[in-house]
Amino acid sequence: MNGLERRKSNYDEPFNFWSGILFGLGMVAFIDEVVFHQLLHWHHFYDLSTTNVGLISDGLFHAFSWFATVVALFMVADLRKRKVWNFKRWMGAVYVGGGTFNLYDGIIQHKMMRIHQIRYNVDIFYYDVVWNVLAALMIIVGLILLKKKKTPSPLKKIGDV
Amino acid sequence: MHHHGGMNESTSTFEWLSLSMPFVLLIVLYIVAVIYSNKKYRKWPVYRTLCWITGISSIALACFGPIAEKAHSSFQAHMFTHLLLGMLGPLLLVFASPMRLVLRTAPVKIARGIAKFLKSRYVQWITHPILATILNLGGLWVLYTTELYSAMHSVFLLYILVHLHVFLAGYVFTVSMIYIDPTPHRTSFFLRSTMLILAMAAHNILSKWIYAHPPAGVELMDAQAGGMFMYYSGDAVDLIIVIVLCYQYFKNRLGRKTVQT
Repeated sequence: MNGLERRKSNYDEPFNFWSGILFGLGMVAFIDEVVFHQLLHWHHFYDLSTTNVGLISDGLFHAFSWFATVVALFMVADLRKRKVWNFKRWMGAVYVGGGTFNLYDGIIQHKMMRIHQIRYNVDIFYYDVVWNVLAALMIIVGLILLKKKKTPSPLKKIGDV
Repeated sequence: MHHHGGMNESTSTFEWLSLSMPFVLLIVLYIVAVIYSNKKYRKWPVYRTLCWITGISSIALACFGPIAEKAHSSFQAHMFTHLLLGMLGPLLLVFASPMRLVLRTAPVKIARGIAKFLKSRYVQWITHPILATILNLGGLWVLYTTELYSAMHSVFLLYILVHLHVFLAGYVFTVSMIYIDPTPHRTSFFLRSTMLILAMAAHNILSKWIYAHPPAGVELMDAQAGGMFMYYSGDAVDLIIVIVLCYQYFKNRLGRKTVQT
């Protein structure tokens, strides 16, 4: 069996898109854990003002983001093997996925469910603004990248080699 | 209760020998079976034997010895034994593929009986991802949110039953998610991933719950350290299961859903 031939399927476009979304979501959750929880110690492991709904929401999202990262990387491996990985579209989806998760985390989980705050003993308002504006910017960048997908797709070039 | 006292004193050589005997026996049996099977069939991978030895050792470590003794007084140590007994041990044993080895080496009559058992309704039910998840995570929730945790430390029979359940539920859960041994009853990737995500969520919600609400008889600091240990170590073991689950699915996917151009 020749593993180098290009194999296409009708599912490649959505497959690229969802792989990016899942990876973006997982990556942001990972950065959140490493940077804000472990390195800076800004976030708390468990803030006693957390609501029960918040605890459940955080648990589900944490579990899902672990799973999403792994699945997304296997999807990329699959796309690359078949030489149908559209990197630009994928990156666009990564930004949208990451930004959406951050926005959810920043508005619903931090503010409404009070899982934990970005930082303690500081004026939290500016932190919240920066956090959510960054999240919105990520979504916008992602959408721009996704929009430009009609230009000759890079996968043809890869296929020619 | 008197047994309890006996456990805390330094264990005598005789006790050590008698306690470790079943575990040593399981390892020896496995190795004998491997040697026997290698004569008749394709060579049994070495990593499986290593997984069996480390898996059985993890469980032994959780049952007796210094860590198990410390687990009576320290919640953190208790969490470590549960990691060994309910997560890491079962996963390693699953990697060792014991059923396949038994089917290879046992006399035909016995092997047929085992194959029949594996195909039975009972095994189908118990290894269904939904039931396996409820047994595994439900058991943990009952243990840490009710009086069971403190009762377990005063009634020896309860102690044994709880630990037996933790191990069996952990094994059945792992078997329901990843297919390494012969698995006649299979469920979809989607169902298994959904249940795995729910199980991981239930696990980390419980560890935060413990962090905030120590089980009766556990000090706050100890519960916080134990809860955090449960959270991160659980993630680590679950990550291995996620990777194997995805690996098995995507390995087959390529051939199924694509057309050549």
